[in-house]
Amino acid sequence: MSNRKSKNNNLMHAECLSQVQRILRARFCHQNPHSNLFGVQVQYKHLIELLKRTAIHGESNSVLIIGPRGSGKTMLINHALKELMEIGEASENILQVHLNGLLQINDKIALKEITRQLNLENAVGDKVFGSFAENLSFLLEALKKGDRTNSCPVIFILDEFDLFAHHKNQTLLYNLFDISQTAQTPVSVIGLTCRLDILELLEKRVKSRFSHRQIHLMNSFGFPQYVKIFKEQLSLPAEFPDKVFAEKWNENVQMLALNRVTASHPFVTPADLMEANQLCSMDSKANIVHGLSVLEICLIIAMKHLNDIYEEEPFNFQMVYNEFQKFIQRKAHSVYNFEKPVVMKAFEHLQQLELIKPIERTSVNSQREYQLMKLLLDNTQIMNALQKYPNCPTDVRQWATSSLSWL
Amino acid sequence: MKTEAQSNKVNLKLFKDLSAAKKNPSDCQSSTGPMAYYLTRLKTRQTYSWVGKPLLDQKLHYQTYKEICVKIDGCSDIHIQVGQFVLIEGDDEENPYVAKLIELFEDDGEPRSKKRARVQWFVRFCEIPVCKRHLLGRKPAEQELFWYDYPACDSNVSAETIIGPVQVVALAPDEVLPMDLKNEKTFFVKLSWNEKSFKPLSPELFAELDKPKEGSPKCQKPIEAKTKGVESPSSATTEQVVKRIELRHSASKSRQTPRAVTPTARKRLELGSVPGMANTRNSQQPSCDSLGSPGRTKKKVASSEVTLPSKRSHPDRMDTASPTLRGPQKTGKVQLICTQGENNKASYERHRNLRTRVPPLRSTEISDKRTLCPVGGGQKSSTVPSVILKPENIKKREAKEPEALNEASSTSHRVRRRSSLLTLNRIRQQLRFLDNGKCDQEEEEFLPTAEISVSSSDSEQEEVATPPLTRRAPRSVSRNLRSTLKLSLEIPSKTPQKTPKPRTPFRATPQIRSRKLAAPGPSNVLEEARLRLHVSTVPESLPCREQEFQDIYSFVESKLLDHTGGCMYISGVPGTGKTATVHEVIRGLQQAALTNDVPPFQYVEVNGMKLTEPHQVYVQILEKLTGQKATANHAAELLAKRFRTQGSSRETTVLLVDELDLLWTQKQDVMYNLFDWPTHKEARLVVLTIANTMDLPERIMMNRVSSRLGLTRMSFQPYTHSQLQQILASRLKHLKAFEDDAIQLVARKVAALSGDARRCLDICRRATEICEFSQQKPGSPGLVTVAHLMEALDEMFSSSYITAIRNSSVLEQGFLRAILAEFRRSGLEEATFQQIYSQHVALCRMEGLPYPTMSETMAVCSRLGSCRLLLVESSRNDLLLRVRLNVSQDDVLYALKEE
Repeated sequence: MSNRKSKNNNLMHAECLSQVQRILRARFCHQNPHSNLFGVQVQYKHLIELLKRTAIHGESNSVLIIGPRGSGKTMLINHALKELMEIGEASENILQVHLNGLLQINDKIALKEITRQLNLENAVGDKVFGSFAENLSFLLEALKKGDRTNSCPVIFILDEFDLFAHHKNQTLLYNLFDISQTAQTPVSVIGLTCRLDILELLEKRVKSRFSHRQIHLMNSFGFPQYVKIFKEQLSLPAEFPDKVFAEKWNENVQMLALNRVTASHPFVTPADLMEANQLCSMDSKANIVHGLSVLEICLIIAMKHLNDIYEEEPFNFQMVYNEFQKFIQRKAHSVYNFEKPVVMKAFEHLQQLELIKPIERTSVNSQREYQLMKLLLDNTQIMNALQKYPNCPTDVRQWATSSLSWL
Repeated sequence: MKTEAQSNKVNLKLFKDLSAAKKNPSDCQSSTGPMAYYLTRLKTRQTYSWVGKPLLDQKLHYQTYKEICVKIDGCSDIHIQVGQFVLIEGDDEENPYVAKLIELFEDDGEPRSKKRARVQWFVRFCEIPVCKRHLLGRKPAEQELFWYDYPACDSNVSAETIIGPVQVVALAPDEVLPMDLKNEKTFFVKLSWNEKSFKPLSPELFAELDKPKEGSPKCQKPIEAKTKGVESPSSATTEQVVKRIELRHSASKSRQTPRAVTPTARKRLELGSVPGMANTRNSQQPSCDSLGSPGRTKKKVASSEVTLPSKRSHPDRMDTASPTLRGPQKTGKVQLICTQGENNKASYERHRNLRTRVPPLRSTEISDKRTLCPVGGGQKSSTVPSVILKPENIKKREAKEPEALNEASSTSHRVRRRSSLLTLNRIRQQLRFLDNGKCDQEEEEFLPTAEISVSSSDSEQEEVATPPLTRRAPRSVSRNLRSTLKLSLEIPSKTPQKTPKPRTPFRATPQIRSRKLAAPGPSNVLEEARLRLHVSTVPESLPCREQEFQDIYSFVESKLLDHTGGCMYISGVPGTGKTATVHEVIRGLQQAALTNDVPPFQYVEVNGMKLTEPHQVYVQILEKLTGQKATANHAAELLAKRFRTQGSSRETTVLLVDELDLLWTQKQDVMYNLFDWPTHKEARLVVLTIANTMDLPERIMMNRVSSRLGLTRMSFQPYTHSQLQQILASRLKHLKAFEDDAIQLVARKVAALSGDARRCLDICRRATEICEFSQQKPGSPGLVTVAHLMEALDEMFSSSYITAIRNSSVLEQGFLRAILAEFRRSGLEEATFQQIYSQHVALCRMEGLPYPTMSETMAVCSRLGSCRLLLVESSRNDLLLRVRLNVSQDDVLYALKEE
């Protein structure tokens, strides 16, 4: 949610406002583990207990944190790690390895990254030497050397876990899970993913070695919880320098939450929020249509009619041109009869905007006029866009509503 | 395992050539390519002839001799007498076998060679099976041998396999092994090895070994004569020095040469000291010595003598006892080698001297090392989560010497590998330092090549200083870097710290750092149960696999007893105890071997999943068998050679190949080789293979492969519920943490699902956690009940789709409804986004809700797609992208209706 300020704030507030913006931006955009957790207490407890047992007792574990995007998986693990590091006996005892499936796109890179983060011996500075095979056997040997009571536990955090499952043979996952299931260096393998079918991606041997612990994160918040989150996220902290401003701000946030609105208030107003919301949920294609020329609009309407007539069958330029010609000759008063090359140009522009899309790939020898196309706009979208289209000629509008309007 | 050492040396050598060419152009006229050198080597022929009158052995009707003469290319001959220690050709050219000559005789019955010798074997540490090396309990010294006390070993060898004499010194148990001797031809014996344990030498044996061999003063006469002349530097001829250098580098040289030689020809490469083979390759190095006038050399000697004790502690480490010998340092050293036979006693004393001298020198050097890379040292900063401190100095150094870098990069086209480039760099820098240092010392006639030879021999020594056990593959590069890095720092350091510190391992084995705080033991019953239920805990016995255990055990045992080989294929779904059972069998057999019930054997385990590529299996097997490190192709050759040729004292090898299916290649050559080796009589190889599928041989193997695999198969059935129950009960022996019903429940559930014992254990472990959480008051651990187990089962097995749908937003649920409506309308299981959107709009209108825009709906669609509730095409198809449900329609309906 954006926090747009009302325009009429006083000058004395300018500095405070920039601070507010900074705080809120940090809160929303940076994943700092200082904010509070909402509604995931059970999962959090499960995770933190698991990590503690790894760190303190040296128990190997593997767990998957599954939840849709934006449900706070990374925040959960960050919180848990932060709490873990605050426990004295644990913080000295653990090593962390962070991997991301988007960065470590194959096992070779992942191994180098692990070696680097563990600062093993074949890492010099930031470089890891040796071939893939050497690195693997080196790492495995290093991990094999340890045992439950003497070795420092390693916590592996695999972000975008599902991408690791696409690596060849799932070597990395097999080995990590295998270590977690044998008496070697204690490890915790924590995978973060948004895919619910993640277990089906794992190969049967890998799957058997995975402990099947899954922590599901669902944002199953009710309205009151959302209101609470909203309030907590927008409220300013107590250590804000300008106490008076902070108090007023917080009061305002409370009021917003309670929907008691006073339009004259100098802070965030519901209208601002509504506008922001509208901006967020705007139809992007309708926006594009608003910026088209009348000729292009006409072409789109012609395509719409073709779609209606031929029931979603693909069309080509010639068909569209014919349809357009019919309209020009019978009905149009305000639209100029453009030359065919001009219409072609407009047609190509539409293709560039990806409002129409060729069905098969463009080949060199096929004539452009006869290439089959499909319209990527829905009827409702076209009608809505037309309604808002500035200075739309009346006849065009009429033609849009009915292909037979000229009769 | 020499390859890494060798790569280092290659670098050094290359650099030597470079720098020699640059700095001392006059000195390198005589250098020719390595090829020429190699060919001269190959051409040498050895002829063996008896010396003295034959004595007739009454009992055996053999003619025995006292002495044998080895003639090399007619130029020189070595006399070897009975009672001397000799090197004997073996599988490994770098490390020929060492033995004591007991008897020389002629046997007409032998087809290949009539000249026979009876020997008493010594074993090197690297010849001891990898799995037993830990029995030593310490790091072996670099030149340490073990008296091979194993009567079954064949002691009758062909006399023509004798390479040359060697010196072996017996040490009393309380004597310290000299750690850093430069003399490669002197070995030390302290313990005996009888395939089971290391024992100190018996007193009489010690006395026998220790007494100097008066009877052998005449061996190596010709060389002795020549080396005597060498003692005065002025009279040294180039040729001789060449020989000496060659001697030192022989090990590394022979590796560089192509491998396509007959074994015997290759063996002879070992004979570095053989005269008549001018080593032209290294000749620029000795030629400095020889070309330089005696006065010049003396000058150098004098100055180095002055600077020796304080400024350069390392070079005299390789020197012999007296510092005055240092001037012709190489001479002194080589002399030690060549004249060993002659004045055995004297050199022995010299060693003793050395031994006493060494410790302080060593410690100063070590203190340098410590500052550099405190590997495995106790001092670790508690805040940094790093395992081992990084040698940051590299960068600093590089920053200091940018010109050196530039210079190095100009030569980079010659040096392919970055590591070698780095190495080169370091040496270059080090040279610079040296140059500066020398200038300070007003040493005008500084000989760069000589200095390099010092540093290279230093690094060689570093190589040798670590026992073979720790020479593992992945460190090769970093090690090179480090050793050279150390060099570069060691040499310029003018004031070595005198504080003696305990020796830190130069190359620690790969290891995760150990934990700071000890792990607390289990504090209550549930924790104890959790510990025991962890899959990693190895139970004392494997219940429910007795039959399989027996079958595998008797199979391997019979092969061991018969000294034959064979294959076995074991299949079964994951989590049925295949690997665990085989491990158990091996453990049992190893124990049986200790009590002499079965012959001792070597055990090697490889896992297809732990390889990056099927051919890497050769590398792993070779490394685990011999500690050697080679490329995949080379390793395959070596293994084939090993398993196809007669080994003198080979014990049976048991090879476990886990996850066999991953060794599949297009040509199936890996599998073919694995199954082909055991068919050779000499191989004595038992291969146990494990895979998941029962019909793997039929399905993926070619006929010739599956035929070699044979029909010895075994399949592990999934555990039944009673077996699972038994497993749990045996793990929880005497521990009342679970209700009986609870155990039965989980056993039945898992047996019905997969029969995977890991699952069963994991569920129980999770149940103990749930039980602990639900426990209100701590300290009174309750019993895990059926309810707890049900919760754990639910957590692990319940489909998450339905909960996900239930917890999705209103818009998402609406979209799912629209999908269902569209499917019903069209009667298909697939629809385009446009169709669904129109349905969605219609549904919203029906319910009087504001309908979302296309973009919003698209976002909803891709969100559901990313959770895999829907299967969607890539979103560039936009309106036309096709959507399917990943859940059954009924499930969606059920989930949506609930509310």
